[in-house]
Amino acid sequence: MDIFLQLVVSGIVTGGVYALIALGFVLIYKATSIINFATGEFMMIGAYVFYSLMVFLGLPAIISFLGVMAFAALLGFLVERLILRHMLGQPTISIVMVTIGLSSILMGVAEMIWGSEFRSFPKIVPRAPIIIGDIVIRSNLFYGFLLAVLVVIVFTVLFKYAKVGVAMRATAADQTAAFSMGINVKSMFSLSWAFGAVAAIIGGIIIGNIGGVHPSLGHIGLKIFPIVILGGLDSIGGAVLGGFIVGVVENLAGGYLDPYFQGGVKDIAPFIVLIVILLIRPYGLFGKEEIERL
Amino acid sequence: MRIGDFKEAYPADEAVFKTGTVRFWLAVLFTALLIFPFVAGDYLLYMANLVGVTIVAAVGLNILTGFAGQISLGHAAFVGIGAYTSAVLTTRLGLPFLVCLPLSGLCAAFCGIIVGGPSMRMKGLYLCVATLGAQVIFEFIFVHWESVTGGIRGINLPPPTLFGLTLDNEFKFYFVTLTVVIICVTAARNMFRTRVGRAFIAIRDRDISAELMGINLFWYKMYAFGISSFMAGVAGCLWVNFLKTVTPEHFPLMESIRYLAMIIVGGLGSVLGAILGAIFMTLVPEVLKNLLGLLVDIFPLAMSYLFPLQQVVFGLLIVGFLVFEPHGLAEMWHRVKNYFRLWPFEH
Repeated sequence: MDIFLQLVVSGIVTGGVYALIALGFVLIYKATSIINFATGEFMMIGAYVFYSLMVFLGLPAIISFLGVMAFAALLGFLVERLILRHMLGQPTISIVMVTIGLSSILMGVAEMIWGSEFRSFPKIVPRAPIIIGDIVIRSNLFYGFLLAVLVVIVFTVLFKYAKVGVAMRATAADQTAAFSMGINVKSMFSLSWAFGAVAAIIGGIIIGNIGGVHPSLGHIGLKIFPIVILGGLDSIGGAVLGGFIVGVVENLAGGYLDPYFQGGVKDIAPFIVLIVILLIRPYGLFGKEEIERL
Repeated sequence: MRIGDFKEAYPADEAVFKTGTVRFWLAVLFTALLIFPFVAGDYLLYMANLVGVTIVAAVGLNILTGFAGQISLGHAAFVGIGAYTSAVLTTRLGLPFLVCLPLSGLCAAFCGIIVGGPSMRMKGLYLCVATLGAQVIFEFIFVHWESVTGGIRGINLPPPTLFGLTLDNEFKFYFVTLTVVIICVTAARNMFRTRVGRAFIAIRDRDISAELMGINLFWYKMYAFGISSFMAGVAGCLWVNFLKTVTPEHFPLMESIRYLAMIIVGGLGSVLGAILGAIFMTLVPEVLKNLLGLLVDIFPLAMSYLFPLQQVVFGLLIVGFLVFEPHGLAEMWHRVKNYFRLWPFEH
């Protein structure tokens, strides 16, 4: 039972970080109908920039963090403006491939600049593990979880109450109507990419702080797909819930099944869940079914 | 200069080789392909074999994605299934190469149909993610089903024999690759003159309309997945018999993405595009490698930038083609051809 609880709790904690990353992904999808295969690489680049600001420039963690946020917003904005704006109205495959191409570019650039060796962040949070009852949580993971939850809450509130958030939701709901109400739809596209990049990059910093930075850190971005499919591509609540579910599922699967398969179950369990869900509900658990007309 | 190309009967309009000029140039190309191995060195022949194998796989993917409009992020996994089937059949059962070739294709086609089955209900992004899931799961199976696949150590196999001849070098294998490529390309080209091929195109353009016109979506999507994975399996079999070894590392997600990149760069929905894309995307990394090799004298660390540089160029090619030339190399080829056909007149 102890092991079970331990696995569930660490699953929830990891899930919080996933929820944040998935949130960034869904923000972009909702507003622009683009699925961003480069989310993982955004995370990786953000973690590297954060690392550089802290280690090479010797800035304190908070200032580096703010600096990275500015960088993230700029990155998201530029990517939308320079590449994806040209792809409006193109078929799905083109849009998927353009973000894949982007991820390849980012990965190559990161390796050229920072090399391929592992780099660990300097100490940011206390190292002592957090102990609740019998359950032990690594401190990096725990503080990362707190930050992720905080950011998710901030984004949700922003989306619900701030004027910008309402405008973004309106754009997502109906572009033409939003446009006729005086909302600048194009700048909403840029803005949602900026927000999406910020969410992804905060996730990247948290993951980097837990396991170090490496050009392949972005591979964790693949886990977004089971999460968002679980939650439905266009549902923010679903993405957050999906993040927690995937976190718990992969931890349980890893904990109980890994010994039988010499490892690796943790990474594919979410995908098996994904396929099963798609078999039953082809639009994801909370996704809305598209009605097509000729 | 060729002006005016009038047809008086439907068979003439539907012919594959429409004019004498086309037939002439194809004959030239074919002769060149036959002479090539006698003049090229081992390195060029090695590349030619790789390109040939890649063409078979890319043509297969273009049938599924470019013609039938079903995105697949799992094509490399089907190549892998073909490769493993062939390796297992050869090493365990001692089956000859010629028997392995279609069996690998069939086995991959079977797996393709299993993966494609659910695609009946899924579309676009959801299908894309489902095939991504299939890729990840097959990769896991390659690594972890050790009793069959040999785990991460993989399987080594002896050089194949064909009609009593051992195909143990690039030169001999070239002719096998060439034959298979020609058969596959001809089959693909011809398929789009039949009901099946046209149904694929109808499904891609608008699946609901296609269904209303009496195309059974389920069966035709199954055909598309089956045919495409069959070609992937055949490519896998060629591949494993050429390199004589197979490990799970050869079929990562990145490889699936490379196949997609080939058909994007070459031109979606065009057999010629798949061929050009496969050639182009196989040669570019090699050209980069050779260029960097030249730089080593001046800049000793050049080689350490090879991998990231290849990645950046790969990404730039995908993005660049999608933004500036969405119809790919095939379209560029047609433009150049038309320009010279009418030269020196503009229109």
